[in-house]
Amino acid sequence: MSEYAVEMCDIVIRFPGVLANDHVNFTLKPGEIHALLGENGAGKSTLMNVLAGLYQPTSGQIKINDQVVQFHSPKDAIAQGIGMVHQHFMLVPSQTVTENILLGLERPRFFLNLPQFDQQILALQEQFGLRVDPKAKIWQLSVGEQQRVEILKTLYRGANILIMDEPTAVLAPKEITELMKTLRQMANQGKSIIFISHKLHEVMAIADRVTVLRKGRVTAAGQPMAGLTRAELAQMMVGRKVVFTVEKRPHDPGEVVLRLQNVSAENDKGLPALKNVSLEIRSGEILGIAGVSGNGQSELAQVITGLRPCQGLITVNGQPVSNRPPIEAIRLGVSHIPEDRTKVGTAPNLSITENSIMKNYRDDPIGDGWRINFNNARTYARNLKEKYAILAPGVRTLARKLSGGNLQKVILAREISAHPRLIVAVQPTRGLDVGAIESIQTLLLEQRDEGAAILLISEELEELMALSDRIAGMFSGMIMGTVPAQLRYLDEIGLMMTGTLIDQ
Amino acid sequence: MPFRIIVEKRVEDVPKWLPAATSLGAVVLAFLICGVILELIGGDALRVLRFFYQATFGSWGVFSDTLVKATPLILVGLACTVAFRMRLWNIGAEGQFYVGAFAASLVVLVPLVSPDRPKVVILTAMLVMGLIGGAVWAFIPGLLKARYQVNEIITTLMLNYVAILWNNYWIFGKWSEGGFQMTPTFARSSWLPRLADYAREIPAFAGITLHLGVVFAIIAAAIVWWVLYRSRWGYEINLIGDNPQAARYAGINISRNIILVLMFSGALAGLAGMSEISGVVHRLQERISPGYGFTGIIVAWLAKLNPFAVILVSILFGALILAGREIQPSGLPQLLQGIILFMVISSDVLLRYKIRLERAVVSKP
Repeated sequence: MSEYAVEMCDIVIRFPGVLANDHVNFTLKPGEIHALLGENGAGKSTLMNVLAGLYQPTSGQIKINDQVVQFHSPKDAIAQGIGMVHQHFMLVPSQTVTENILLGLERPRFFLNLPQFDQQILALQEQFGLRVDPKAKIWQLSVGEQQRVEILKTLYRGANILIMDEPTAVLAPKEITELMKTLRQMANQGKSIIFISHKLHEVMAIADRVTVLRKGRVTAAGQPMAGLTRAELAQMMVGRKVVFTVEKRPHDPGEVVLRLQNVSAENDKGLPALKNVSLEIRSGEILGIAGVSGNGQSELAQVITGLRPCQGLITVNGQPVSNRPPIEAIRLGVSHIPEDRTKVGTAPNLSITENSIMKNYRDDPIGDGWRINFNNARTYARNLKEKYAILAPGVRTLARKLSGGNLQKVILAREISAHPRLIVAVQPTRGLDVGAIESIQTLLLEQRDEGAAILLISEELEELMALSDRIAGMFSGMIMGTVPAQLRYLDEIGLMMTGTLIDQ
Repeated sequence: MPFRIIVEKRVEDVPKWLPAATSLGAVVLAFLICGVILELIGGDALRVLRFFYQATFGSWGVFSDTLVKATPLILVGLACTVAFRMRLWNIGAEGQFYVGAFAASLVVLVPLVSPDRPKVVILTAMLVMGLIGGAVWAFIPGLLKARYQVNEIITTLMLNYVAILWNNYWIFGKWSEGGFQMTPTFARSSWLPRLADYAREIPAFAGITLHLGVVFAIIAAAIVWWVLYRSRWGYEINLIGDNPQAARYAGINISRNIILVLMFSGALAGLAGMSEISGVVHRLQERISPGYGFTGIIVAWLAKLNPFAVILVSILFGALILAGREIQPSGLPQLLQGIILFMVISSDVLLRYKIRLERAVVSKP
């Protein structure tokens, strides 16, 4: 057996205006889990897209089991046993697990003997511990299960080398633990796994070796994980020392900005999602909402911003906003950092300029009577791009060409520069790298110090504790209580998240 | 094989000139294919091409005829462009065209304005009525979609038939001239001015039928361009078209825009109807449109929803209609139209993928 399953030598990838990979070397041993660590835009995904046959490198060489290969399409890569599980799943919701796995294969040719294939897939599941009902339709599955289907898809195609592109970004904590177990089991059976991530603790927990990329260059090449500390990794990744806790000044709350009185609402399926929610946030205060996702947090953000009808009363600075069109909340100074960046927060085929004026295109100096002054709009967008360090060739770049972190920066820049009275921030740092998280958290704290009221909905307890002044626990559409954001209340927060009422 | 063809997805932005170049290339290629087919069936492709040119662009007279044919196509193409930008599939331009023509005729036939009034007054009234007629007809599917989420493809399509039958009722039942399916010819005071009208002052204009409608069409294109690329409303239309959820999040009233954009679209199609009866037909009759409303959909797509490109594509299609009638009543011109559409749509591949030749690597064992 060859020493390396994959050897990538001197890979250079040049995009217009950017050197995405600058003479990168990467090796993968058989049966190991190799983490590829780096900030957003460091070139991790680009490098792996080369290995998966999606991009052709400008120069460089790829060897699979000591054989030089050239990939012209993903088909060539699959033929060499390389499978990539993308961050965004590519599944057909109305079809079953088995149908999705068979999709696009040469056989079965015409007649589909599904039960027979169900059996094959069950056997494959058995081998690697990837449990999911082969007869279930994709839309019935949780995100974690869908990911398992994606992994099964690559295994069924005979993949020996698995590329996992930020596999944990979409998963709940429990699902992450399960995924880790599965990956280890697969590695033990001889599969080689590349684990792309920017989350240090995950990389430390799972990887045998690590390669770190920064701005397209390798800063650590295949170092054994043992013996590396979190701080060392972070420094290689960001290029400077990282402070893991942002500094927070003591808070000085002013008058009540947001008030919810007995607010109830239904979710998209018509089931109760919010039940008699009452809460208050004052100016200069961050209220964190702790809870497992799907307990009404999304709906809470939507009723406040006018995107969802509700019963009960919601006021911002004393003005009612519940059951009013979203424009009223915007006029009252409510900013919204939505949960779903691509589906709600931005328009993919419009430029950065057009995306950054979504909230203020009506106002002077961008809105000018019936027309939009695009010169002013571009100047405005350029300022935001500079101030918030948005990485893009220019403000005419389309939103869909931006990486997740930069897209989030566009949204944040737009929402914060409106000088909001109230910010509704839903998972503002999800899927972002250490450097970006730090800057976004700092931005939110700055807004609080300037007197904005902030509703912070997050699944990261660490983040809630670091930023919030008070934390409310949410469970099954109800607020279970509110406690100060201090470490000694950690137990109470845990209890509230699992459904125990806490009196304060 | 010493070479292999490599197709790669484009990562970088498409150069600005490329979409225009591929579309032009596609049209040229379509003509070539048509020529090959002609040769194969024993025709003389060059002669047909020469004839095509002479019948459409060969002299000021025929070029003016081409423009006359292009005028309604421009307006209807713009109508579709506006709606398609918001991903509203208005395929009812044909019906809006008929109702626009009907409403403009009311000015003469009722008469809403006495034929003795100055021409400017009559024509302005007809223009306004044409716009209103089309807009009202498009308001119906707009309201249904905004209020009850009724699919606009179905309603706009169905209302085409209603509009045509409505027109027929009035033509046959009310204003028929001697039992024929047409109204009496309108008084000259309700005709759009044509260049031929000035032949006495400028002899070169003799027999040139180009009418003021073409000016309406070009002004309309400029207005649509300004709305889509420079106005607040256009920004909203583009945003809704690209991502309705983001538009709602940005505080845009989507229901109101559905109604307004469909009415704008309908008004443009209605204007086409007015320009046709007042500039060309000079009465209300059956089949005033040989399917302009549907050709407009194709025009809008080929123009990639760009208002100025709509003008160019319409002239090409106007020429095809005109020459087609003289070459062969049916067959070749439709074939060419079909091949052009096919070519332009498939040329999009070049915008999304790069194709290059590469010397094949001889693999050594």
